[in-house]
Amino acid sequence: MADLTTDFIGIRSPNPFWLASAPPTDKEYNVRRAFAAGWGGVVWKTLGEEGPPVVNVNGPRYGAVYGADRRLLGLNNIELITDRPLEVNLREIKAVKRDFPDRAMIVSIMVPCEEAAWKAILPRVEATGADGIELNFGCPHGMSERGMGSAVGQVPEYVEMVARWCKKHTRMPVIVKLTPNITDVRHSARAAVKGGADAVSLINTINSITSVDLDDMAPEPTIDGKGTHGGYCGPAVKPIALHMVADIARDPECGNIPISGIGGVTTWRDAAEFLALGAGTVQVCTAAMTYGFGIIKEMTQGLSDWMDAKGYVSPMEVSGRAVPNVTDWQRLNLEYVTKARIDPDLCIKCGRCYAACEDTSHQAIAVSPDRTFSVIDAECVACNLCVDVCPVEGCITMERLAPGTIDPRTGREVRAEPADWTTHPNNPSVKVAAE
Amino acid sequence: MADGSQAGSWKSGRRTPEELERDFGDLHPLYDAHEARVAADRCYFCYDAPCITACPTAIDIPLFIRQIQAGQPGSAAKTIWDQNVLGGMCARVCPTETLCEEACVREAAEGRPVEIGRLQRYATDTLMTQGVHPYERAASTGRRVAVVGAGPAGLSCAHRVAMRGHDVVIFEARPKPGGLNEYGIAAYKTPDGFAQAEVDWLLRIGGIEIREEHRLGSDISLDTLRGEFDAVFLGMGLGGTRAWKGPGDDKAGQGEAVHFIADLRQSSDLGALPVGGDVVVVGGGMTAVDAAVQSKLLGAGTVTILYRRAQDRMPASRWEQDLATSKGVRILDRAVLREIVGNGAVAELIVDRVGDDMQPTGEVLRLACDQLLRAIGQVADGLPDGLETDGGKIAADARGRTSLPGVWAGGDCTPAGDDLTVTAVAQGRDAAEDIHAVLMAAAPARTGALVAEPLRGIDAPPHGETPHPGTHG
Repeated sequence: MADLTTDFIGIRSPNPFWLASAPPTDKEYNVRRAFAAGWGGVVWKTLGEEGPPVVNVNGPRYGAVYGADRRLLGLNNIELITDRPLEVNLREIKAVKRDFPDRAMIVSIMVPCEEAAWKAILPRVEATGADGIELNFGCPHGMSERGMGSAVGQVPEYVEMVARWCKKHTRMPVIVKLTPNITDVRHSARAAVKGGADAVSLINTINSITSVDLDDMAPEPTIDGKGTHGGYCGPAVKPIALHMVADIARDPECGNIPISGIGGVTTWRDAAEFLALGAGTVQVCTAAMTYGFGIIKEMTQGLSDWMDAKGYVSPMEVSGRAVPNVTDWQRLNLEYVTKARIDPDLCIKCGRCYAACEDTSHQAIAVSPDRTFSVIDAECVACNLCVDVCPVEGCITMERLAPGTIDPRTGREVRAEPADWTTHPNNPSVKVAAE
Repeated sequence: MADGSQAGSWKSGRRTPEELERDFGDLHPLYDAHEARVAADRCYFCYDAPCITACPTAIDIPLFIRQIQAGQPGSAAKTIWDQNVLGGMCARVCPTETLCEEACVREAAEGRPVEIGRLQRYATDTLMTQGVHPYERAASTGRRVAVVGAGPAGLSCAHRVAMRGHDVVIFEARPKPGGLNEYGIAAYKTPDGFAQAEVDWLLRIGGIEIREEHRLGSDISLDTLRGEFDAVFLGMGLGGTRAWKGPGDDKAGQGEAVHFIADLRQSSDLGALPVGGDVVVVGGGMTAVDAAVQSKLLGAGTVTILYRRAQDRMPASRWEQDLATSKGVRILDRAVLREIVGNGAVAELIVDRVGDDMQPTGEVLRLACDQLLRAIGQVADGLPDGLETDGGKIAADARGRTSLPGVWAGGDCTPAGDDLTVTAVAQGRDAAEDIHAVLMAAAPARTGALVAEPLRGIDAPPHGETPHPGTHG
């Protein structure tokens, strides 16, 4: 079994799976059980400043988006930061860390955007023995109306400023949690780097309305006939998170800042994908909230088995492996010409590929009277839609035309040498350069 | 022949009321909403879906399943009824395993089709339970149409004709409407009085009068109907049964399976129905299976189906055969009844085993039997004079037109009828549209073969053609 031990900005954990700052990490009782189950670390649910704690709504806090058989694909929430007294949380953090010294204990913090507020809370957190802090610049609901959470994260100058205060007032490693509710996450990440942050974590939740109650004409979750936007998470947001993680990982200005990947991690494979795109650890919330802490056994075993099969000895060895292959569209090889191939032995003759191609794409699939479906190479642009809609895995595949063959669609010979948009004759900037 | 006479060994009350209630209850319980959506989610919404082609009434199955999946079972019911107004019954009694579900691509892929029949029932039951009948009659045309037989063909025809604005009178020989739905199908397929509930629901279209206990040939004549009505539809089914003649055919304790099933369906107390200790059913169709299974459920000690050919040639589907054997019925194939033995009442059968050439192999079996049920085929009975026939049934073309002007026919009394409710419904529907077209020749705009939107794919290029001639073989 591969050794899953992770060293992330000096914070060690027996595996890279941390529970994200959220309801599962709101109190000692849960966190002890999570650690007992095998979780490598937790980011304690966000602490606020000293004084009367925040209050939550007393109606529904979550809304859901379902797939087949009520499988939870997306979850949205309007819960605020911890609504328990600061001193209770600090006492519990200290007790848990004392009993589980090998686990990562990160404390999420969100206080007003004033240096005094951060200066006041940081020593108290440090006194618990916690391994690090995570600055909650991401929550898009509720607290953002009070100038905190994503209201900070959306302004790179604030991100930089608060990160700098924290580095100044604590010796603990500082992780800045980023909001996806921006146009380009690299600006926020670069600000964190400038502020001296040790790492970034992303994504926080996405502004969302999960559904509308068409009887009451109100967004859901509905509180007494009204609703507000909440933060969206779960498997549905994973593609967005992967993109943002990769964007930071390959941004020279971010200087290889360590990343804790968050967003829809549900199985070992999701974690491996985040690691491959540059994450050093992953944080999990929705999957635990859906299935309980027990999923950690599948995650650790699965990641370990996969690493064994691939010959990786450490998660840190996996981290960033796919980053060099993330590129810009203009760098994609236009001489890579493929055609769809339908395996008649696997085909169940549902005709979805035909409907999709005929109605919405390139009319590149023919159907015979006995419902045998075949690809018309002269029309196929290799868009992959037939593969995506086919219900049989492996039935339709993409086959590359060998260099030297003629693409029947274009009449052009496929060349062995890669060529991309930057050198394509249709590219206006190429023409300008030639003049 | 001694149809219906009992043997002394028959007994009632072989099983407890609780056992009878359980075993004669719904064979396929109704889906709840979540089950229905999970089942609906399995549908691939195939292009030019094979299930539609396999359905004699051509219901747009992928569409109605998608409507269930999208949370609108009522819309789904409308999609079904547009093509098959007895879709509720067909959902219960169709041999879907040889029709839509056999054609389902998931049957080919994984041997587990989308459960189309149960989904159809979920949709139709939803709207029927709500008491909704979503059709209205067109403005009255002043025309009158006679329908003979209140079975699936007649009811389907009557509903469509009434919807088109004509007035309908149905003449039904039996005391209740419904035909085989009411009298001829196993109780566990349509419990809780569904057949009558469906008729009541269907009649809410208005403009349909049913005159029970009016038998064509004795109470009414075709000539009279042709004189009094603008059109006549004959859908009286098959009133007779094929006889078995041989040594011992006069013994008591034997009868027709259809009568056994009808008596059972009309019984208010199954515990009071006597059944033999050793029941043998001769035949291989669904009637044979329905009779065999129900006699077993009533408490018969042994039940055997005698079928003259190899079991894989039984008209009853494999699923029906498996149902029978799962209930403890033995299927004895390549077996031909030679002689009925008994002292007054049937006590034993002498049976020849036969080969593929139907010749006796020399092997002779003696089966204990005190109740013999015959299910060897039904035949037309009392067809009116003056109609051309074909194979003993009323000759009719694809539109249901007979040799007599103004007379249409459909269902089991015509050669195209194949003993399926769903086929009879299609024939009744199509004849109704043709009747309407003929009666309203001056108003052709009212003559659509279908109420529904055109089926998906109908306007698409024919199979094998694309907008790019010459680009593929």
